[in-house]
Amino acid sequence: MAYAAGVDVGSTQTKAIIIDEDQEIVARALIDTGANVVAAAEKAYVNSLENSGLREEEIEYIVGTGYGRYRVTFGNTQVTEISCHGRGAVRVFPETKTVLDMGGQDTKAIRVGPEGEILDFCMNDKCAAGTGRFLGAASSALDIPIGELGPTALRAENPVRISTTCTVFAESEVLSWLGKGKAIDDILLGVHQSIGSRSIGLLRRVGIEEQLSFTGGVARNVGMVHVINETLGLEVNVSEDSHYMGAIGAALFALDYIMGSRVPLKAQEELA
Amino acid sequence: MTYSAGLDVGSTYTKAIILDDHDQIAGKAMVSTGFKLDQAAQSAFEQALEDARLSRDEVSYVVSTGYGRYQVSFRDVNVTDLTAAARGSRFFFPGTRTVLDIGGQTMKAMRLDDQARVTSFRLNDKCAAGTGAFLEKTARYMGFDTQEIGNLVQTSKDSVPISGVCAVFAESEVINHLSHGSAPADIMYGAMVSLVDRSAQLMKRVRMEPEVTLAGGILRFPTMADVIREKLDMAVNMPSDDLVQFLGAVGAAVLGHLRIKKLAQEAAELEPSA
Repeated sequence: MAYAAGVDVGSTQTKAIIIDEDQEIVARALIDTGANVVAAAEKAYVNSLENSGLREEEIEYIVGTGYGRYRVTFGNTQVTEISCHGRGAVRVFPETKTVLDMGGQDTKAIRVGPEGEILDFCMNDKCAAGTGRFLGAASSALDIPIGELGPTALRAENPVRISTTCTVFAESEVLSWLGKGKAIDDILLGVHQSIGSRSIGLLRRVGIEEQLSFTGGVARNVGMVHVINETLGLEVNVSEDSHYMGAIGAALFALDYIMGSRVPLKAQEELA
Repeated sequence: MTYSAGLDVGSTYTKAIILDDHDQIAGKAMVSTGFKLDQAAQSAFEQALEDARLSRDEVSYVVSTGYGRYQVSFRDVNVTDLTAAARGSRFFFPGTRTVLDIGGQTMKAMRLDDQARVTSFRLNDKCAAGTGAFLEKTARYMGFDTQEIGNLVQTSKDSVPISGVCAVFAESEVINHLSHGSAPADIMYGAMVSLVDRSAQLMKRVRMEPEVTLAGGILRFPTMADVIREKLDMAVNMPSDDLVQFLGAVGAAVLGHLRIKKLAQEAAELEPSA
């Protein structure tokens, strides 16, 4: 049996996935990226190896992805996270035509072909508005753990309207709503709606075609999933592995190398 | 003697000025705005009255300005930040044609005509990267307080390039520079340069003309004025000491006196027919 690994070094968290030659996930690992990106990549990979029970030499190929992909010093090659999220999403949800990837510092809308190849994409990389950081700002302003943001927002009855675009200003806006006596649930739903509308703006620029798969760390947030479903009037695909989607895609690219089918996929990488 | 008061409720600080009818500043005060804007305005006003040794009823007219101007319940009238800054700049420097005002959460550039009317303006209040918040965040990422920025940056020997596109993304940039051994002072200086680059763009769009007057809380860091002077390659006016933060409040108070005069004139015109 051949094994391949994908390591996705994101701005906030680093994910590692090991798959076998049947494209089945053998092991996962997730850690906070922190300041030492090289060490984070290594640690996530070592953790996934431990979880898999495999020996290091059994992994034939490793692909790095994410913003820190060039820091995956032990990786054989790198593929952009856009290609990886597209590939991973189509593997997990084969009917995927559009991918929304919301990470800690960027949000991407990607339109994909039947094999997960990238047809078009759009991202915000110049401004933190509409990314996971916006939720992070709300979390620290309201002193609520990230994991509770979504469930809290779902209890809202009268969401406030967050008017600021900038993540820095949002923090003071959140506090001013609190000062005006608004309920935390209502403020948080407003925050989710504000981020949601920005990511839907990105999606519309690439064109929304069903099925839409939601990936990245923010896909774990039930409030965000709810807001996107409500606004678009559809049911997005979300899996337990949503935040691993980039790593899954990277591992699939690694498997291509092992199986010798990397060449036709080269074009996608250039597009991305 | 009649007095007017100008209250400038900014996003970060609330400033109060009491002006007599001989254009002398009788009292001033500044408090943190916080989230209870009316309360901040009230306490700034009270402190300014104390500073001027005046009682509340000796002030004939109260003009509010700034983003919280509608929350000032005891105001007689409110004016926009632009109108107030225009008047304030002419109060200190009668030759002012262009004003650059950099506050905690906004940056404004405006051009004035002979009557201190605003003929053109550009402002940024949507993105923290073009405001004082950018410097504040940069300082905080390095473990410094806003109050320490001035002293820190004065020790800078070099400028580290900071992209200044997003105040949130600046964090990774700052951490990166620190890990490569750059001095915090040089990073801070780089942040100021990038902020000034953005203000120069706004200045260009209002078709800046001399004389240029600077205002706003950020100008209390002397280095900031040096960087602006260098970037614009011209002399700039700046009210002395902390008055640089009171431009809007002074402008509001000046407008207060204009209203007092106008009301007196109208009353005088009405009298004969009564």
